[in-house]
Amino acid sequence: MDIVVENLTKRFGAQKAVDNISFRVRTGEVLGFLGPNGAGKTTTMKAITTYLTPNEGNIFVGPHSVREQPDEVKKNIGYLPENNPLYPDMPMIDYLRFVAKMQGITGEKIRERIHDMIRICGLEGEKHKKIGELSKGYQQRVGLAQALIHDPQVLILDEPTSGLDPNQIVEIRELIKKIGREKTVILSSHILAEVEATCDRIMIINRGRIVADGTARDLRRHSEGREVLRVRIEDADSNEVFQALRGIAAIGLVDPLGTGTGFFEVQSKPELSARRDIFRLCVDKGWMLTEMSPIETKLEDIFRELTMN
Amino acid sequence: MSKIWTIANRELHTFFDSLIAYIMIIAFLGFSGFFTWLYGADIFFVKQASLQSFFNIAYWTLFFFIPALTMRLFAEENRSGTLELLLTKPVSDWEVVLGKFLSTFFLILIALALTLPYYITVASIGPVDHGAVWSGYLGLILMSAAYISIGIYTSSISSNQIVGYLLALFIGIFFQIIFVMLAGNFTGLIGETLNYLSISTHFDSVSRGVIDTKDLIYFLTIIFLGMLLTEANLARKRL
Repeated sequence: MDIVVENLTKRFGAQKAVDNISFRVRTGEVLGFLGPNGAGKTTTMKAITTYLTPNEGNIFVGPHSVREQPDEVKKNIGYLPENNPLYPDMPMIDYLRFVAKMQGITGEKIRERIHDMIRICGLEGEKHKKIGELSKGYQQRVGLAQALIHDPQVLILDEPTSGLDPNQIVEIRELIKKIGREKTVILSSHILAEVEATCDRIMIINRGRIVADGTARDLRRHSEGREVLRVRIEDADSNEVFQALRGIAAIGLVDPLGTGTGFFEVQSKPELSARRDIFRLCVDKGWMLTEMSPIETKLEDIFRELTMN
Repeated sequence: MSKIWTIANRELHTFFDSLIAYIMIIAFLGFSGFFTWLYGADIFFVKQASLQSFFNIAYWTLFFFIPALTMRLFAEENRSGTLELLLTKPVSDWEVVLGKFLSTFFLILIALALTLPYYITVASIGPVDHGAVWSGYLGLILMSAAYISIGIYTSSISSNQIVGYLLALFIGIFFQIIFVMLAGNFTGLIGETLNYLSISTHFDSVSRGVIDTKDLIYFLTIIFLGMLLTEANLARKRL
């Protein structure tokens, strides 16, 4: 089920939290929302879940509009809000049963679904505890279980791994990836590595606007535009190599890394690649080329570049 | 409809799991029992086989207890954020409000049902006007429903439970006593209006056994208005 956001604008008083954004998420896609705090990620997600009504624009989940058929939208969405609100006094099983009934599941099917959720989310040993007695990681799993219990086509997860330890983060990511194959998933985060690890597509939002949209690779390519290589040339005089590299037409900048190590950082001119030229140079001169690796721009850098003004 | 019941059921469980329900029932039975049987204008003092003294004391104990039950209904969910989860499930705001209303209403019904031994005892002591007893209970049920509705509304205003409790008492005290007191100072239309607005006027007339549609409409209006304003508060969060 696709999610289509059309010209969504959401104002709080005079401030525009989300400013005329449009995008589409396709079935089987995991979209990562990135952005600094207060960029409009949560507002956009709340609008998709019908919790906030847009001031302008519309959102469609499958064929249903959040304005005209909010109940149909709600039925198809599994939602894990920020900070994972739960009823701490409720036993976990009772809570899942409550959510299942609220989602309109009836009869034998309720027990079946609860059983499935406990298995999928790994809650086996904690079945009879109250939610408040569970560790944070298990509470997060309960949050995911309640979002998944009615087998929704669309999953909206607002910072699903916040407050978890590294092992739990990996587990939750694996779970999201597994689920994401058949469903449409939007998740938000400000941990870049997480988005890169879980999402097929990344959207960076800043001040209520989309500033970048694409796969992690697209974003890198888009942002750098020029190639940076780390080269090691041995059995040669550093100065000579340095001069020779500068002589290659496609190379814009050469930076020796340390003296006598043979390492160089080479930046090509825009839209050009110097890899072949460097190889040929080494062959001609009889130098030993022992390393040549492209240096990727870190997602962090792209993020900072796009969101700092 | 089944979702309303699911919500009411969950709330009712919370009342009993958190001991609120037991404390409320024991305190209610203790207070009303003490003043009905042992102290002040009790049954032995009045020397009549009537539950009038019970109804008078229950009228006040419920007034103070009901806001304590309703104060957490929305305020707590608002604070913890679970309200967002609840409202993004396929239920309407009305179903949520009605479910919460019914949970407290059932708890009050349970508390009132537990006072039926008073009735049985009095009936075994002397000739009781059965009609008066049942209409007295009806009066308590109607006024409870009205205060539950007001309490739910004040609970939905802020995420602070104490604010919800105090505001419910503040609004309630006007219906409970201030309107009828003011009515004594005025004549003509103003006096009549104030008199009509007072819950005590309608409670007295119902519990005396005069069940007029005018009284029923009054109580239903308060109940409906309270829920309508609560629903408006929930809808306002979405804007």
